[in-house]
Amino acid sequence: MAKTVDQYFDDLQQTRLWRSIFRSGPGSSTLKRALVIQQNVFLHLFSTKVRTRVLSFSATWYLGTLTLGTFLILVATGIPLMLYYHPSAPQAYADTKDLQFVVSSGMFLRNLHRWSAHAMVFLVFAHMFKVFYRGAYRPPREFNWVIGVILLLITLLLSYTGYLLPWDQLAYWAITVGSNIASAVPVIGDKIHFLLLGGHTVNANALLRFYVLHCMILPLTAMFFVAIHFWRIRKDGGLYNHDSEPATVRARNAGSAVKETN
Amino acid sequence: MAEGKNGPLGNDLSRRKFFTKLGLGSLSIAAVGTAAFSYQYLEPNVLYEPSPVVNAGKPDRYPLDSVTLDVNNGIYIIHSAEGYFSISAVCTHLGCLTAWKQELGIIACPCHGSKFEQSGKKIEGPAPKPLPWKRVWINDDGDLLVDRSTDVPALARDSFVRV
Repeated sequence: MAKTVDQYFDDLQQTRLWRSIFRSGPGSSTLKRALVIQQNVFLHLFSTKVRTRVLSFSATWYLGTLTLGTFLILVATGIPLMLYYHPSAPQAYADTKDLQFVVSSGMFLRNLHRWSAHAMVFLVFAHMFKVFYRGAYRPPREFNWVIGVILLLITLLLSYTGYLLPWDQLAYWAITVGSNIASAVPVIGDKIHFLLLGGHTVNANALLRFYVLHCMILPLTAMFFVAIHFWRIRKDGGLYNHDSEPATVRARNAGSAVKETN
Repeated sequence: MAEGKNGPLGNDLSRRKFFTKLGLGSLSIAAVGTAAFSYQYLEPNVLYEPSPVVNAGKPDRYPLDSVTLDVNNGIYIIHSAEGYFSISAVCTHLGCLTAWKQELGIIACPCHGSKFEQSGKKIEGPAPKPLPWKRVWINDDGDLLVDRSTDVPALARDSFVRV
């Protein structure tokens, strides 16, 4: 009479503790499974029901999900890196070297952070290309495309601000060049340059400002827009494939794209 | 009370609407103030940056027809037949530090390939402008001083200093 894992899980779901936390009880009816999504603060952003066809690899190549994956890796590796890194001009470079050569697993965390950052920039672009070439930016998803463009800019700014933090020659000159590009903005360019660096040159103020942007302001802003981005997927009719377009949109496109659908 | 039911302001503005407008107006003024103070906060009032005036030492350190790069201050001290002068070593393109190429007799930027003459004149881009000349003078101790914050006209008589 050995119980299966599923049976143990059913028992667990009937306990008062489980019910008080997750509310939904045991069983696997359609209603039950819908409630699991709907009643969870994180999952309720998503659709309670999804067609399996929409979840196929070819529909999205999972590029958005993979981007979220790299973002979560970056948060999970970035926070431990903050424990050894002082954002001050005399210490930043030495701390970076300590992380690379002295701290246990420091090299692993730092390299994972670095490679995930590269991967995230690549995946964001790949995600946008996929959305663009499938036409998934069309109504009713046009606003979610705009949110996506904002998220692209935040990703690039995260990448740029993180570039300065090792405080080596590469970082220093890259930020010198990059911040001078900001000066090219008409009229207010020099003001943006001054506010971004907290001075006229890349120095201790600039390092601290970039650190705060990189570790606080930009990640929180990204999370805010990611939440809207995911919620809009549900509101705009789920993950994109042609069948998920609302009937009105399909009818409107039918006339102009008869040959395409053949 | 003497004005009757609708009050002195008439029908258009009930008491509720008046207080709504007063509240929203106050909040708007407070929001503008917060924005202004936030902007001021983000702008540092004191900068602990090096002084723009650089003491380049005694002029006789620089032999005739020499171009000397001061890496820390981003300037060239040049001793030509017309006298001493100083030009910025910071590329006018995107702010990289240029270098004097003795064998070619030009100033070159390592980042994006801009080239300048010894007088700061642009030979080729992407730099949009020539390297600016800086004000130079000799102080009472006989030291050569350069003010990096003051641009002077290139090749002008007053832009040189003679000892």
